[in-house]
Order: sequence, then C-alpha cells, then structure tokens
Amino acid sequence: MSTDQNFETGLQGSSNKVAEFDNHDASFLKRFQHALHVTPSLVPLIVLLISLIIFGVLLGSKFFSPFALTLILQQVAIVGIVGAAQSVVILTAGIDLSVGAIMVLSSVVMGQFTFRYGLPPELAVACGLACGAICGFINGWLIAVMKLPPFIVTLGMWQIILATNFLYSANETIRSQDIANQAPLLQLFGEKIKVGGAVFTYGVIFLVLLVLMLAYVLRHTAWGRHVYAVGDDPEAAELSGVNVKRILISVYMLAGVICAFAGWALIGRIGSVSPTSGQLANIESITAVVIGGISLFGGRGSIMGMFFGALIVGVFTLGLRLLGADAQWTFLLIGALIIGAVAVDQWIRKVSV
Amino acid sequence: MEPILKGRGLVKRYGRVTALDHCDFDLYPGEILAVIGDNGAGKSSLIKAVSGAVIPDEGDVYLDGKKVNFHSPIDARNEGIETVYQTLAMSPALSIADNMFMGRELRKPGFRGKFLRQLDRPKMEKIARDKLSELGLMTIQNINQAVETLSGGQRQGVAVARAAAFGSKVIILDEPTAALGVKESRRVLELIQDVKSRGIPIILISHNMPHVFEVADRIHIHRLGKRLCVIKPDEYTMSDAVAFMTGAKEPPTEKNAA
Ligand SMILES: Nc1ncnc2c1ncn2[C@@H]1O[C@H](COP(=O)(O)OP(=O)(O)OP(=O)(O)O)[C@@H](O)[C@H]1O
Ligand SMILES: [Mg+2]
Repeated sequence: MSTDQNFETGLQGSSNKVAEFDNHDASFLKRFQHALHVTPSLVPLIVLLISLIIFGVLLGSKFFSPFALTLILQQVAIVGIVGAAQSVVILTAGIDLSVGAIMVLSSVVMGQFTFRYGLPPELAVACGLACGAICGFINGWLIAVMKLPPFIVTLGMWQIILATNFLYSANETIRSQDIANQAPLLQLFGEKIKVGGAVFTYGVIFLVLLVLMLAYVLRHTAWGRHVYAVGDDPEAAELSGVNVKRILISVYMLAGVICAFAGWALIGRIGSVSPTSGQLANIESITAVVIGGISLFGGRGSIMGMFFGALIVGVFTLGLRLLGADAQWTFLLIGALIIGAVAVDQWIRKVSV
Repeated sequence: MEPILKGRGLVKRYGRVTALDHCDFDLYPGEILAVIGDNGAGKSSLIKAVSGAVIPDEGDVYLDGKKVNFHSPIDARNEGIETVYQTLAMSPALSIADNMFMGRELRKPGFRGKFLRQLDRPKMEKIARDKLSELGLMTIQNINQAVETLSGGQRQGVAVARAAAFGSKVIILDEPTAALGVKESRRVLELIQDVKSRGIPIILISHNMPHVFEVADRIHIHRLGKRLCVIKPDEYTMSDAVAFMTGAKEPPTEKNAA
C-alpha cells in the first residue's frame, strides 16, 4: 500500500440520500417523448384514434355506426389472433413465417378429423390444437436447440406445412352446410352476439380476451419478463439465469397453438374448411406487429400495440372502401404506415430519456 | 484445508484459440482470491468455466470436494455461486428491479401468485432499492428505470448488487470496479470485505493492483491460459506481481508457495 489512497478521505461525509431533482421544467414535448418511450403502444393508439376521427368526419354515421365499427373488429379478428402469435415470437427477436400455414393446416385437421375419420368435433378440435403445438415445437426446437436462424427455419416450415396441408387434404374443401349440419362446433367462432347495432362474433371476443391475457402474462409473470430478456440479449439472459432454450421453445409452441385457434376461428369466419384460405396471414400479421410498434429486433413493444396496429389496418380498409377508393390505396397507405411506424420507433429510441 | 471451489486441468478452446490450457484453480473457504493477468490471459474464460457459463472441453470442477457438471449458469446459481460477468449480463430494456430478480422472481402471496403467477413488483422494487442503497448507488433515481438509461458505472453497480444480494456460497466478480467512480469503487471494496465477513469466499478479477493488494488474501497470477503461480500480497510487491504476470520475471518455483 505504498500509493496511499489519500484522495478517498474526501469521501467522508458524502451524501447518502437518493438523488432527487425537480422535474417541473420538463417541457410538454419532452414528457410526451418520455411517455412514448415508456409506453410504446401509445403511438399506434394515437394513429388509430386520428384515423377513426378522419374517417368519421369524412363518412359520418356511415362509418361511425356500431355496425361499421364492429365490422372492423370482425374483419381483423383472424389477423389479430395470428398477430398475437407473431408478436410473442417477434418479442424474442425471432420471426414466424409459418403462422399462416399452421393456421390452415390446423383448420384442415379439425375438419378432416371430423369428416374423414368421424371423430367427435370436440376431439377433432383438440387434435387441431395439438397439430399447431407440434408445428410450433418443431420450429422452436430447430431454433433453440439446433441454433438455426428463425427466418430460415420458419421459411422452410412454411413450405413444408403448406405442402403437407395440400397433400393431406387432397385440396378438398369441406362445405359450409355440411359443417353447420354435422359439426357446428367447428363454426363456433362465427357465432354472433348482437348488442343494438353492434355485432360481436365469438372470434372477436376471443381476440380481445387473448390480447388481454397475453398483455397480463407478458407484463406480470416471470415467463413474460423472460421473453423480453431473451429478445433483448439472449446471451445476457442466459448468464443472468434465464433458460433461453425453454423460453424459445415455449414461445414457438404457444404461437403454434394460437395459430391453431386462428384456424378454428377461420372456419367460423368463412364457414367452410378450405386448404387454400388464409394465404396472406403471414404478411398481414407482420404488418400489424410492425405498425403496432413492436421492434423486429426483439425485446421492445407490447401486444396492445399489435392490437391497435391490426385495428388501424382494419379502419383503413373499411374506411377507404366506404369512400369508394380503389383497394390499391389501402395497400399504398398501409405501406406508408409501416415505414412511418419504424421511423417513429427509431426516433423515440434516439430520444435520451 | 479442502478448497470450496476447485478446477483441475481445465481446457477451453475457441476454434484455434486456446483460452484455457490445462489450468488449475483453487478457492479456499472464507478467502478473497484475486485473479490477475494480461488482457486475453484467460481470466474470464476461467471463471466462466467454473460458473457454468462455458462448458470446459477438458478438466473437472469440484465444489466442496464433489465433482460438479454445470451445464448452464443456472446450475451454478442453484449451488449458490453468483457471478458478475465482465459484460454484466443485463437486459437493457428491462428495469433495474426486473434485472436484479431475473430468473428468481418473487410472486405475490396467495391466489394471485400461485394461480395467476403474478409478480410481486412492490416487494422486488423495495429489495432492489435497499441493495442499491447498501452499495451507495444513490444517484439512481428510479428503480423502474430501464437499465439502458443508466450510466456504465451505475450498471456495473447494479450487477454487483445483484451478485452480493444472492450469492450464498461463492461470489465471482469479473472486473467489478472497472467503470466505477472513486466512491462507488470504495463501496465495492467495502462490500467485498463485508461479504467475506459473512464467511463467503470471493473471486476478484481486477487490473487495479492497489485494490487487489488491499483486499486479496491470495493472488492467482494467470498467464497464457493457465495458473502461473499463487502469491500472498504481503510477501511480494505490486511490481513483482506485474513482472510475473507479464513474464518479465520468473515466478516463485513452488507453485503453491502461498
Ligand atoms: N467467445 C469467444 N470466442 C472466441 N474466442 C474467445 C471467446 N472468449 C474468449 N476468447 C479468447 O480466449 C482468450 C482469453 O479470453 P478471456 O476473455 O478469458 O481473457 P481475459 O483474461 O478475461 O482478458 P481481459 O483482461 O481483457 O478481460 C482470448 O484470446 C480471447 O480471444
Ligand atoms: Mg476478462
């Protein structure tokens, strides 16, 4: 101890209170930026409200009726459910390109198991859900254990599952009437509840409950925190005591099961079981997630944001249609929104909070 | 006396780079063992091998004389070995409290914790705040702040607080004061003494020779992936230690002189 650390004597009597500062001079903009940073789903919520107001002003009661507004919900139900699956995956910095394929295969399994093998519909539905879980498990296992990139794994699985779907179903559609007569359970999510002019399908109710449940789980349980940690920095998560493999596999399995529910809801929506349906679910779910402000790099964003993102797409689609605009305008605006959402995301993150 | 944590013939290769080359290691109960060595000598690799963060290609690790096979840091943590890694291992977007309790979250009592698996945020926040205060990290204003909004030193402080709060058998600190200020470094050194007085042995990796010579009971000098020698701080000077670790001087012959 030759170099005596005399400078440390200056420590005597140093303050031992938690630092406090007055925040009264924080400007409104600054506080707004902070709020956006802390609550990422605020941006899509604001965009949603603004677009509702704009279309409301332009279209009046044609748009602002309980019927039209709940129609939007019905139209986004499938995308929203698949988007919920996609959100959980993207929060881990992954991506699932096979969501649409899992959805369709699961619906085909539910239909064919009932009609080809004569299983009771309850059992067939359970088999469909199990099918989603298995597909998700394969994705998760390849990603977590074999350490293959999620994009590649799910790109491959998309093709494999879709091909399986066509081979197994022999491209055969099960007609709506047959289902209604023999296995109405399969169309359960198409059932409607009317409240005044508002129409809610069971699919819509399921979507809302699913989003609320996932929001709770992601925010208030250890599993949810681990999902964020894995998406943030998987190595740090592993070192700080998260079982990264288990989390990844469980996330992809959960996504698979949610997609299978989407498949069930799909039967309710279109009435029939069709192996060629739902082809756009991949891209639409990713769109909802991105517009909803969930970062494709993982670890940031919330499931609520995805829900608002899906609703924004629904509002634009219906609003522009009621305005009589060419459908291409919808795609154009959605494209602009996607780029805008990512730009806003980057901007918020640059703000030092 | 039997070492509490012991490594024998540890080998770790990364492709063609050999990070550990038949390295031995001993930590005795109740002691502060400093590990010093050049950059790239393999100090971090050594503590990763004994804490489950990497699985050595060869060699064995013994805890309390019994051979252990840690497959992940979780295994080591379950045995009471707590590590502050050089990279700190924190999730930047999550809060301080979330990070401190990562992998050992507290749940609400009763129905909400048992069936809804709800986290007990207030309790975790309170404990996190107390642990940070113990360390003198008073400049952290908000315990729910995301870790990415902390300064580098504050982050390091949180990582040290986490290890000190949960380590029950061995605490490993890989350069815990590298980014810390004068006051915070002093607190970490005090904390190290404090942990020692609780009877928990500590492995301290540091490039700060005054700190090492102040707190260490023994100094493990690491060179080219293995233990060169172990010295006692009162038998050698800092310049001797530096000369050994850089190869400027021959180490004392009996390997376990100290
Ligand atoms: N993940 C890795 N992949 C490849 N090589 C690695 C990896 N980790 C460490 N190494 C190599 O192993 C050797 C020892 O690294 P290590 O991090 O153990 O050194 P250190 O003694 O902790 O150095 P420092 O004082 O700089 O922290 C280095 O040559 C390094 O390049
Ligand atoms: Mg190191």
